[in-house]
Parts: sequence; C-alpha cells; structure tokens
Amino acid sequence: MTPRARPAREVAESVLDPELPVLTLADLGVLRDVTEHDGRVVVTITPTYSGCPALEEMRHDLRRRLAGAGYPDVEVRTVLSPPWTTDWITDAGRRALAEHGIAPPARIGPRPAGPVPLNLTPPPARVHCPRCGSAETVELSRFSATACKALRRCESCREPFEHVKEL
Amino acid sequence: MSFDNAYDAITGAGDDRHWAFGTGFDDPLAGVDRAVPADVSAVDLSTYCLMLADDALILSQRLTEWCSRAPELEEDVALANIALDLLGQARLLLTRAGEVEGAGRDEDALAYLRDEHEFRNVRLVELDCGPGPGGDFATTIARLLVFSSWRLAVFTQLAHSADPILAAIAAKGVKELAYHRDHAAQWTLRLAGGTEYSRERMVAGLDQVWPLVDELFHPHQVEKALPSVAVDPSTVRPEFDDVLAQVLTAADLPRPDTPPLSPVAGRAGRDGVHTESLGYLLAEMQHLARSLPGATW
Repeated sequence: MTPRARPAREVAESVLDPELPVLTLADLGVLRDVTEHDGRVVVTITPTYSGCPALEEMRHDLRRRLAGAGYPDVEVRTVLSPPWTTDWITDAGRRALAEHGIAPPARIGPRPAGPVPLNLTPPPARVHCPRCGSAETVELSRFSATACKALRRCESCREPFEHVKEL
Repeated sequence: MSFDNAYDAITGAGDDRHWAFGTGFDDPLAGVDRAVPADVSAVDLSTYCLMLADDALILSQRLTEWCSRAPELEEDVALANIALDLLGQARLLLTRAGEVEGAGRDEDALAYLRDEHEFRNVRLVELDCGPGPGGDFATTIARLLVFSSWRLAVFTQLAHSADPILAAIAAKGVKELAYHRDHAAQWTLRLAGGTEYSRERMVAGLDQVWPLVDELFHPHQVEKALPSVAVDPSTVRPEFDDVLAQVLTAADLPRPDTPPLSPVAGRAGRDGVHTESLGYLLAEMQHLARSLPGATW
C-alpha cells in the first residue's frame, strides 16, 4: 500500500487537463468536489463541451493518479448542471495559458434569460496577442485544433495564436 | 509530458485504454442522478430523448462526411468541431433514452443496431448535401443555419424541462448551438455577398432545404404527451422566423418559397418514415459495428 502523503483533494486538483496540459483540473474549473471517507474517494467533475473526448481521459487520469497516491478506491462522478463556463478558469489558469502562448477567454458573466441573440459579424478584436501584447488581432477561424479554442493572428507581430473562446 | 514519438503519446505504455483509439468509452452520464421524474411516462421520455439524439447523431454523421473535403482547412476543422459537439449531445441523449427505456440498450446499441424505421430524426438532417455528387457546401451551410436556429430555440426552452438530465443537456447545448448558428449565419452572409456565382449557390441551397423546414415545427404526439418535459416545437416558430429574417435581410436574400415535402400518410421522420438517403447513411455508419459485433480497437 502506497503511503498517503497528500490529501486526495490536492492530488485530484493537480491532475493536468489532457488537451490543455498547462492547466490543472482545478485551474480549468471542472473539478466540482472531492470527498474522502474511510479511504474511499469520490471526485465530482463536469464536462467542458458535450462532445469533449478529454472527459474520459480525465476520469482515467484521476483514478490512476489517486491510486498512485494511495487511494485505490475512487469513484468519479459527473455533474452536468450548472453547465461549465470559461468564467470558471481560475486566475492562475489564465496566467498559465497566456505564458504558454494561448490567449485566455474574457469573462462573460451569466447568460441573460430569453432567446440567444444572433451575431452576424465576428466578435470585435478584444483579444490581446499573448506574445507581444498587441490588441490588434484578428480571428482566422472560430474553431481550431480543439472545440474550445479559436485561431487568431496578431496584426503587429504577425504570429498566429490560439484563443480559448468564451463559453 | 514528453514522448519520443507521437505513437507513444497515444498508446501510453501501461495504460489500458485511450480515447484516441475510438472504443472503450465510459458511459457519458456516469455518476449522474438518473431518476425519472414522477408522473412522467418512461416510454414517452425515452422516445423523446431518442428524437433529440437522432437529430444530433445523423447531422453529426453528415457533417463528418466533409472531413478533409471542405473548401478550406479552417472550415474543415470547424465542421468537424460542430459535428463533435453534436455527437456529444447525441451520446448523452442516447444514453438517457436507453436507460429510461430499461431494456439494457446503451448508446452503441441504439446508434449502431437500430434499423432505418426506428430512427426518429427529422428528415432535414438526413438530406445528402455533399461533399459527394449532387451535394454542395452552400446547401450544407443552409441546412446548418436552419437546424441550429431551430435546435437552439428548442434547447433554450428545454433548459427548463422537468427532467433534470434533459434540462442539463440542453443548458450545455445552448452555448454550443449558439456558436454553430453564428458560424452558419456568417457563412450565409459571405456566400450571398461574394460573387454572383456564390450567391446563386446560396440561394439554391436555401431552396433545397426549405421543403424540410415545416416538419421541424409539427408537434409529435410524444411531445404533446410530455407537457412539462418536452418542448412543443410549434412554439419556437416565431423565434426561428425572426432569426432567419435577420440573416436573410442582412444577406439581401429572398425568403425561400419552395413547397414543404409532405409526410407519407401523415407520417414523417419523427415516426420513422424517412427519405431514401437515410438508409445509405446508416449503411456506412453502422457497417463496422454490424460486421464485427463487439469489435474494439
């Protein structure tokens, strides 16, 4: 039996997001709860996008990392509601993204009730280049390598970069 | 995290399973409280989940057909991402449909082992708009505009459903569908405002999908039987019309007036009566799972 040097919550919080491995699950805001009772650990997580394949990997990594830290009896629960929003990415997570060349999402606040308004033009350039800091950036594609990121280009330094889009 | 080559990264020595391979998925509703609300018919609830699931599953399959064949790389990635969102919605809904049904069918059994007449999707999503012969990117965009505008309006209401799982799936889906609708609307403007030729094709694309629009708003008996759980689709017509009017006005496009495709003896997609193209789609989608039952890779 591996000795339990660290609390289960700390171990779960430090597991990395499989698609954005510069973020921990705690940074990403998908970890809802970690409880431990008589050696049994229950971790509650929430998916980011409905189809995000990383969720399966997160469950797997949580079990493996907790087992390695001396917690073999782990249940990973999923909660769907309230839905995850990029507003739950922590300040530390936002800094980590920017340091790795990925522009963090803006904070959007709760969605107003009623029909969702239509956006006929791409959103205005309010995303700063994570390399040179310029505000002159344009959206190349709303979708990029993963569902959660858009592809942009900086008009000042000309470098392309990814942007975690607001959800 | 460092790997000598890309294969090591996905095979991950010592790991028993990896999502990159395609099988071995966990139940997408693992650990969610699954009680059926009191006074709700399990048969009707299961069928309703199946309807919403099949809409997403079949359109996801259609969009995936564009993979590597879209007009530009960014669009290829965009359509694949939209397909992935819809597949995610379908998996949650199929799982819910299967467990409420209580006959032991999981998402795979429902996706791969049902025949054409058991699919409950609206006929709009099965329409073959390419990239193969006779298909067209503009028609794909027209269909996506219609579908996502309709589904977004339905899901906005469904987020208040008496079934907590449907409500949660819808609340999550709303945010995704808003991106899909904006994407389709922006492409509609771009094609309509591009060349004379691109505009012609956008007009033709809207004309081609328009006969399948009315069916979206006909309430089915299952929807009527679940007043607190299901959304009556006829109630979202004003929102849909308003959104389409905004897009068509901005694009200076005429409102299509091609006549609706009639149901067959009063029955359409929601009753399992489909157009010819669904059979071909299912043959491709289900081929592997039926040829090699239980295959994993």
